[in-house]
Order: sequence, then C-alpha cells, then structure tokens
Amino acid sequence: MHSSVITFPGSNCDRDMDVALKKFGFKNKMVWHNDIELPKSDLVVLPGGFSYGDYLRCGSIASKSKIMKSVLNFAQGGGKVMGICNGFQILVECGLLPGVLLRNKYLEFICKNIFVKVNNKDNSYFKDIKKEIFEFHIAHNEGNYFCSKEQIKEINDNSQIALFYSDENGNVNKDYNPNGSLQNIAGILNKQKNVLGMMPHPERMIDPALSGEDGSIFFENLINNLK
Amino acid sequence: MKVSVIITLKKDVLDPQGKVIHQTLDGMGFENINEVRQGKYFEINTKEDDKKKAEAKVEEMCKKLLANLVIENYKIIGSE
Repeated sequence: MHSSVITFPGSNCDRDMDVALKKFGFKNKMVWHNDIELPKSDLVVLPGGFSYGDYLRCGSIASKSKIMKSVLNFAQGGGKVMGICNGFQILVECGLLPGVLLRNKYLEFICKNIFVKVNNKDNSYFKDIKKEIFEFHIAHNEGNYFCSKEQIKEINDNSQIALFYSDENGNVNKDYNPNGSLQNIAGILNKQKNVLGMMPHPERMIDPALSGEDGSIFFENLINNLK
Repeated sequence: MKVSVIITLKKDVLDPQGKVIHQTLDGMGFENINEVRQGKYFEINTKEDDKKKAEAKVEEMCKKLLANLVIENYKIIGSE
C-alpha cells in the first residue's frame, strides 16, 4: 500500500504521520506543497499543524496550494484522502468536505486526550474496526465544527458523521464536547465516504509505552481495509 | 484603483471573540451595548483603473479566498 503525506509550510505532524503509516506497513512518501503531481497513492494524508501560520482562516491558504489540484482530482476520482486537525481544516476550505471549523467555544487552545465514538463503519476508514470508542489526542484552537441547517440535514441524511466526541462509555452529550462542535462532531466523511476529516490525532496513539494504542488499532484496520 | 472590503460573520454564527470584547467593554463601563461582532477589513490596491472591473475582480477574490461563504458575508464598501 502506497501513501503520501503532504507537507505545507507550517505543518508539524507530517513526520509523526510518516512514522505511523510506515509502522503499519504503508510505503509512504512525503510530498511538498509546491509539487504538482502526486506519487502513486492508495491514501493521501493532509497532516496536522499550522499551515501558513493560520493566516486568513485556518487551512485557507494551504487549500489553494499547487499540489491541492492533484489532491482534488484524486479525491474526485474516488481516491482516499484523510485530513487530521489542520488537514481537516484544509479539506473544508477546499470544499471536499462540507462546513467549517470555528474558534473553540471557550477561546482556549485545547491539548488533551479525549474519547470519540465511531458513528459510521460503512467506509474504508472504520469498516470492521474492533472498537467503538477510542482514546485519541486533540490539540487545536479551531475545532468547533459548524455548518448551515441545510448542510447538517444533508450530513445526517447521508450518514456522513464519522466520529462524535463522547465519554469513555460512548455517551454523546454536551458535557463531553470539548470545543462547542455542532452535534459533538469530531470527524466527518464526504458523501462518497472516500474523504475523511477529523480533529483528533490517531498518529499520536501508536506507542504502548507513551500513549496507548488506540491509534495502532485505527491504522492496522485502515491498511487492511485498503488492501 | 483601491478597493475596500469588509468581511463579517453571518448572523447565526457564534462569535466568541466578539462576546469577550463585549464583556470587556461592559467591564470598562461602556453601557448599553447590545452585541459586538468582530470582522475583517481588506484594502486591495489593483492596477485596474476601471471601477466596475476592479470591483468585479475583488468580488471574485472574496468568493474564492477572502471569505468563507459558509460562515461569512463580504461587502465592497468603496473604491478610489
């Protein structure tokens, strides 16, 4: 399985993602934002970070990078594209995913472990996954998912919500909503379910000694589903 | 031609920064404020001399980059 991680100026989770993908068997290539062609890929990842210093709106400048034309073509042809954190912000800014990520409700940068509950397993990212509830790490200032009333209806009608913020038992309610996200949304899919954006960082949960292995379960399952 | 644009959050979008500014102004003794909404202002100096053409270009820039139409409105407020 071949993967590509795009590095934008200000990306800072690109190397972590590279380590995680390689650990679970992907042949990964790092791709610079100014490149035009994507290498042969079964999965393209937009990593976390602060592309272009979050100027204008988070992800807005990166969404117009040269490489993004190829990423858009790849996704529109059914290719798997995953955006984590700032990568999620880039995916909503380039229109591959609906909605937008606003400032966190209480204006604080949140950096902590949280739990998420998988809502939709009918896609390459979560099909046959062994767990329902994952402990992942979040680190963001703009993770407050928002969209119009028409868009949220469409998102629900098409089962596009991938992950909800929850407690460790999978209860989804506002007490376990860290950032004010609409309906506790932590991650969403596009209509075709080949594009996933999520605020939590599975790549930070792949070492039993440091962090636990909920991310390992995610990546192992992902590569099996893509084979 | 210099075109000025303001970008504001749509009515239903939460503006936590505006809220904090509102609270701070209250605390400073500025009374009778109903609401504060924070926005952005751009001055775009173009080589185009025709006002209509310059504004049309800036409008396109707003749609494609300067504003996110899911949450923001834009308004061209002047050209000189």
